[in-house]
Formats: sequence, C-alpha cells, structure tokens
Amino acid sequence: MRQVYPFSAIVGQDEMKRALEIAAVDQSVGGVLVFGDRGTGKSTAVRALAGLLPAMKAVAGCPYNCDPAKPRGACPSCAVREAQGATFQAVEVPVPVIDLPLGATEDRVVGALDLERAITKGEKAFEPGLLARAHRGFLYIDEVNLLEDHLVDLLLDVAASGENVVEREGLSVRHPARFVLVGSGNPEEGELRPQLLDRFGLSVDVSTPTDIPSRVEIVRRRDAFERDPDAFVAAYADADGRLRQRIATARRRLPETTVTEEALEAAARLCVALGTDGLRGEITLVRAARALAALEGVEDVGTAEIRAVAPLSLRHRLRRNPLDDAGSGVRVERALAEVLPEAIADTDEARTATP
Amino acid sequence: MNAEAPRSISDTWRAATRAAALVAIDPVGLGGASLRAGPGPVRERWLALLRHLLPEGTPIRRAPAGIDDDRLLGGLDLVATLAAGRPIVGRGILAEADGGIVVLAMAERLPGAVAGRLASVLDGRAVRLEREGLAATLETHLGIVALDEGREDDERPPEAVLDRLAFLIDLGDVSFRETGDPGLTPEAVAAARARLAGTSVSDAQLAALCGAAASVAIPSLRAPLLALRAARALAALDARADVSDEDVAEAFRLVLAPRARAFPPAEADVDEGEDGADEPPPPPDDPPPENDEPADETSEEPAQERPLTADELQNLVLEAAKAVLPEDLLAQLRSGLSGLKTSRVRGETTARAKAGVTGRPAGSRPGEPKRGARLDLVSTLRAAAPWQPLRKRSEPTGPGTPRVAVRREDFRVGVRKPTIRRTTIFAVDASGSSALNRLAEAKGAVELLLAQCYVRRDRVALVAFRDRAAELVLEPTRSLARAKRALAGLAGGGATPLARGIDAALACADAVRRKGEDPAIVLLTDGKTNIGRAGTPGREAAREDALAAAREARARGVVGLVVDISRAGQPLAQEIAAAMGARYLALPYADAERLSQAVSAALPPQGG
Repeated sequence: MRQVYPFSAIVGQDEMKRALEIAAVDQSVGGVLVFGDRGTGKSTAVRALAGLLPAMKAVAGCPYNCDPAKPRGACPSCAVREAQGATFQAVEVPVPVIDLPLGATEDRVVGALDLERAITKGEKAFEPGLLARAHRGFLYIDEVNLLEDHLVDLLLDVAASGENVVEREGLSVRHPARFVLVGSGNPEEGELRPQLLDRFGLSVDVSTPTDIPSRVEIVRRRDAFERDPDAFVAAYADADGRLRQRIATARRRLPETTVTEEALEAAARLCVALGTDGLRGEITLVRAARALAALEGVEDVGTAEIRAVAPLSLRHRLRRNPLDDAGSGVRVERALAEVLPEAIADTDEARTATP
Repeated sequence: MNAEAPRSISDTWRAATRAAALVAIDPVGLGGASLRAGPGPVRERWLALLRHLLPEGTPIRRAPAGIDDDRLLGGLDLVATLAAGRPIVGRGILAEADGGIVVLAMAERLPGAVAGRLASVLDGRAVRLEREGLAATLETHLGIVALDEGREDDERPPEAVLDRLAFLIDLGDVSFRETGDPGLTPEAVAAARARLAGTSVSDAQLAALCGAAASVAIPSLRAPLLALRAARALAALDARADVSDEDVAEAFRLVLAPRARAFPPAEADVDEGEDGADEPPPPPDDPPPENDEPADETSEEPAQERPLTADELQNLVLEAAKAVLPEDLLAQLRSGLSGLKTSRVRGETTARAKAGVTGRPAGSRPGEPKRGARLDLVSTLRAAAPWQPLRKRSEPTGPGTPRVAVRREDFRVGVRKPTIRRTTIFAVDASGSSALNRLAEAKGAVELLLAQCYVRRDRVALVAFRDRAAELVLEPTRSLARAKRALAGLAGGGATPLARGIDAALACADAVRRKGEDPAIVLLTDGKTNIGRAGTPGREAAREDALAAAREARARGVVGLVVDISRAGQPLAQEIAAAMGARYLALPYADAERLSQAVSAALPPQGG
C-alpha cells in the first residue's frame, strides 16, 4: 500500500485545509469543491483527509455500512437479514473515502448485476457500486469538471434524494446513498455545470503560493516524502494525530454548540446583500460556522465565525456576473466589509431599543 | 556555425539526448518528455536512443490520440472471460506499460478527458479501474513520451500532461545531419539507476531551483520538483553522490528554461506576482529574507570554500539560463497566442469524417453491429449472462458447445455522442475612438456566451484587430477563468485593418477545424477599413482586401455573422456579409447582453 502524504505536512493552503476540516466535523455541511491551479496539492489534501476521520460504527457485514443506531432494514442487505431474524452486530469501520476515477462506467458507479455470479453460477445478484461504498462517507472526484455528463446527471439525482435506485437487467434495487461530495479540478480545463456547483457546500479557490520560502518548503517536503515515505509519514504522525483528536473533539462538541441570534442575522443579511439564490447558502453558512466554532472550542457561534466561513460557503453561489471583473471571493469580502459591521451595530441597536 | 563545421551536432540535439538518458534513468520520477517534431528520422533517432538506453525488456506501448477507455485503462477481457467462465480483467495500455514508457502519438490532439485520465494515473501511479463490473487497482509506474506533431503555436499537447513531464523538447529545427551518437550507454544508465536513490541535494540548491523557477514566472510547483529530480539523475549519471551546482544549472536548462514565461527580472519589465523575490541581491549583504528560514546553515560569513548560498547559486543558474532562453522569448510569448501566419487548410476532412464515429461513449442499446456501429461486448455479455443456466438446460451441452450461449437478442451496440463542438470566433474591430466601448461590449458578450454555453461545452475565441495587425487575444476556450485573464487589459485605438482581422479569424477557424470542431465567425465591424492585407494604408485597397478575405471565408464554408455596429448601417459591412455568405445584423448600440442573444439566435448550436 502506498503511503499517503500527511495532511499536517501540507504547506499553507489554509482555506482548503479549513474547508476539509469543517467537512470532516460536520458532514451535513455538504461537501467541498477545490478549484485552482495545477500542482497545488488539491488531490493530495483530499486523499490525506481520510487519515483524519475518526472511525464510525456500522452494521457488521453490511456492504452499505448501515448505521446500527438507525432503524434496521434500510438497505437490501439488512432488510434480508432482518427478515431472517439474524443478529445485528456493530463494528468500527473507517469512514469511507471513495475515489470516483475518470473513466468509471455507470454500472460501477450505481452498481449492477454481479457479473461473476451471473457467469459462474447463473444467479441474478446485485453488486453494489461506488455510491453504495461511499454511503455515510465521502465520494471524491478528481478533475470533476471532466466527468462525463451522464455520470454528473446520475450523481446529481442521487445526491438530491440520498437514495440510489437501480433498475436494470430485471433487477430492482434501492439503497441509501448519502455521501459528502468532494471535487477538485482546474478551471482552465472547463467550467463546472451550475447544477453540480450548487451541490457543494463549500468551495475553495487555491492558487500556487508566490512567496519563495513557501515554494521551497513545498518542494522540499514533497521531495522528502517521495524519497522516504515511511520516515516522512512517521515524522508527521504526531501532528496528524493531534489533528485527528481535534476533529474528534469537535464532533463531540458539535451538538452543544449554539448559534447566537447575531450570527443568524448576520448570515441572513450577508446572503441578502449578495443575492444568493435560495436558502441553501444560508444554511450552509451557519452549519459551517458552527463546525468551525466546534473545532476552535468556541461555545456560541458569533459573527466572527460567520465571517471566517463566509467566503467558503458563498463564493460559488453568487449569481454570475461576467461583467464584474472581481473574483467571487472578492465580492464576498466586499459584502462582508459592508454588511457585517453594520449588521452588528443594527442588532445591538435593535436589542437596546426593544425591551 | 554550420558553415565551419558541417557535421557538428546541434546543441538542441545534444540536450535532447541528455534528456533521453535522464528519462531512461528515472522515467517515473521525471514523468517523461514531450517531443515536438514531425515524424521523421530525427524523431525516430531520439526514440531509438531512448529504447536503447532503457533496460532490456522495458515495456513500451504506443497509444493513439483517439484511444478509448477500454484500451487506455482496461476493462473486461471478454475472450479470457468466456474461456475461463469467470470475469477476467483486461489490462489497458497504461497498465501494460507498467515499469516502462507509454508513447502518445499525435499528443497535440489528445482530448482533455484522456489527459485527465493520464494525469491521475501518473499522480497515483496506479490505474484505478471501476469499469464494466470490475473493480481493480493496477500498479502502474510509467513515463510518458508525448509525440507532438503540432505545427501552429496553439497545437500543443494538453497542459495537464505537459505539466507532469520534465522535458519539453523541440526538435523541429534539428536536421538529421546535426544528430549524432551522444556516446551514452545502457550500462551507464543502469549504473545511474542504481545510484539515484543515494544522491543528495543541498538546501541551497533546492532553494535555487525554486527561486529560479519563480523568477522566470513558472507558476506550477511541479516544474521545480521535476528539475530537482533531473539534477539528481544528472549526478547519478555522472557517478556522483552529491548534486553539483553544474547539475542544477543543467537541470534548469533542460527542465525549466523551456517553460519560462518571462526573462529573469534583472532583464526589466515582466512579472506581476513575484515582487517579493528581490531577484538580484548583492550576495555579501544581509541574507535576504526569503531563505533565512529554510537554509540557515549557509548564512553569515562568506568564506571561500563554503558552498554557494541559494541566491548566489540562483543567480549563477539564471546567468547560465539567459544563454539558453531564446532572445525573442517575450515576442514569442506574445505571438504564441496568435496563429496568424497565412492560413492553410490541412487535414480537416479526416477530423470531420471521424467525428461521428468517435466521441464519448454514451451507453449502449440493443441492436446489431452494422454500418460502423460497434458491438458493445460487455453489454452483450451482460444481456446474455443471466440466461445462461436456462439456455444450458434447454440445449444439449457437449464438448462442442460454447461456454456462454449468446443469442441475437443479446446484441448491444455502443452509442456514442458525437462531439462536434461549436467554437464561436469573435473578430472585433478595436480601432478608433469608440473602440474601448465596443471592445468592452465584445468582451462582455464573450463572457456571457461562455457562461451560457459551458453546458454544451462549446468554446469561444476572440480576435481583435487594430492599427496594423490582428491578434488572437483569446484562444478557443470554454474556461471563463482563462477568458477573463486574456481579456483584461486588451487595448484599443488606431487604424482599421479589417482584412487582416478576417484573415486572423479564418486562421483560427482552420485551427478549430483541424481539431474536428465546428467554427463560426462573428465579425463586429463598423464597415470602415483603411489598412490592407499587406499592412499598408489605403482605403480602396483595404476595402478590396477585406472583400477578398470575406470571399475566402465563404469558399471555406465557415458559418458567419456580421454585426454592423456603426450608427447608420454601412454598405461595406453588408457587402462583406454577402461576400462571406454570412448573416448581416445591424446593432448600432449593441450591448453585451443583446450581442450574446443575437449570436445565440443567429448561430444555433450544431447537431441540436
């Protein structure tokens, strides 16, 4: 097994790291899109994420990693065992981080007839696909903007419903498929379809660092990793361990982390000012802020957390204005500068005014 | 120089042979090379040299540009599957070449989707197969040789591939007489391979390569990493454990110089982002801020025998590099965007004819493999698979009967989406006083169109003509990011070389066609012109030239639209439209929105 570059060894790219950490703390934030220059370590970071996720409990032997705490029989496998009155045991499994490689065929993504059993035994059996394996975990698509359109359609459908329905070759199977979509790509290879863009909770623009010390350090670490992966990974094991601990703690804290009225109002104002479509942006913004607060050990989410995650949560939801040369990140910053201080002042006034 | 020594070996060739040796030493680490040259003895000689230097038995596989996923990545091996009666993985070219080299034929025509697959295999060093009922991870360590037969500047292999190859070699100007035996042996390469892991690079050398890459404005961080590996391989080739400063300088020449986007800043102008780099620092002065953290042992007193600091070394490397950077680099870069030589029609028929049969697979349907429809073996087998027990039962089995009974109704043929894409080329009059305004609207229209058409994956290009020349400001692209960058800071004003504008748009249209796509020209003009094809002033000649250019466009069958942006419709604009066989549209106060709508309406997408 090839070693994976440790997350804590990634130089800079703080926003990308923060977005991935937030997604690791609260999967309901809805995934991360990392778009940017070549050679900035986008896929390195996503692959490293798998090492930071605390294990989860799953039904033993269930190919869909069903949650033992949830009602039984959610998936075809558990339904059969429930009907047979089999016992359900919980085991700890790593949170799946499943790669959807370019060139994957539809049958492998959604699942299809088990070819081997059909050929060797003449049986009709369903073989779960990547969507099933990604259930309760992450589905990663590198070069997401090069993904074939028919696969994109399929993903959009499943991501919206949380359920994968397979009707093919006389098989009729439905199983839960709730996963966090993580995508990366280079905008120069092509734009992402707006519908797919909308599915990502957070979006990060990465660019190559221009300062020489960072560049030197990146090349140095990459070189060191390639020359002796084991030693390199060992050198960062402590740092990665601390990070894993931090994420586990944040997950525990998350239910107790509350969101203040100011933060909710700030989020709403920001979304209005930016004209983001629908409520999705606002919900994501609040959830991401809460996950950040949990990570940082803050009990009440305030405007500071909203401010910190606003670019991540909103920059890909702005209505496209090709005539505005400013990048969407800049537009979010601009709105932050205008709206947020005002928002704080307003709510303070409002509170003192109303008894 | 050739006059004095007719048999002399060209420097380019010598450098190319060094690169071949390095690829043979570390194909995986260096990624390989892109070889820009027409097919011919020079290219063959280089490939033969590489084959010669690689260890015996190294697999070398050739992949055509139009390769499909089955061949590239692998899939179900039907013959073996049928013979064995259980699913057998068939390896694609990439997995077959594990431990060796994949040669990409006509890499300049490699589709972006294939480039993406290559990139992920190069990065992951494995083929992750999730295809046709099979899931497998096949270890795949390989190097790539991309044969680039592009002639125009815009015909290059995809950037996603080039970024991962250490050497960008251009043998286009090397004649066979200038090639020679570099005196490299497979034994030397084998010895270097063994030594490679033991080579060491100093911090200063590493910093120098990174700094040098930044100072010639190479954005990607893969480039300095590849240069670093090249330096190691050079040391190994020379049987040294320590990388020398000469190795670093040579690595710069081989890996970084061909990627340079600017002269080192000492040469003035250039370079936006790197202002923090303070390039020519007086060495004895305070250790510059950039390297005190990583390389602190090399700070302080400038003793005679100590190794050079990162900055001194970097300057040394850059000095050496200036000799290699082409004098007209900046001019080349500027014109690199244009392909404005006289246009030639070439190879377009093959590209067009193939478009229907190729294209991305889009599932399969029941049907028989006739008239070019390809049997989708896997789907056919899948269709047949569930019925096997039944069929076996109903038919007598014996030694002669096939293991899998496939019937006519099982046949499935592949459905492919034709990928004829529309590229809309805007040719915009950027002359005169109102140019800025018009240019802004044209820019806006380009961006709006892009925003609309990326679902169809269509592309947009922009030619601006003003003063004496026309320039392809925006290469055909569907990337808004790239479009914005190219369009920012586009200048206007000057005389009106209409004929040249049409010529440039046509040249671009030819390039688009060669890629098997469908060009359409949108000409924004106020129907005035005063510069002819030759670049000389003269209203009447300019007018004739413009009409001649327009007729040429018609002769080549390029779809067009002429948008007249003058206040009160100009006769010449109409005449040009007629000569081009294009639609004429008067839009005196065209704004970006209306313009993009008009274009969408007048030039509907193909094949819809």
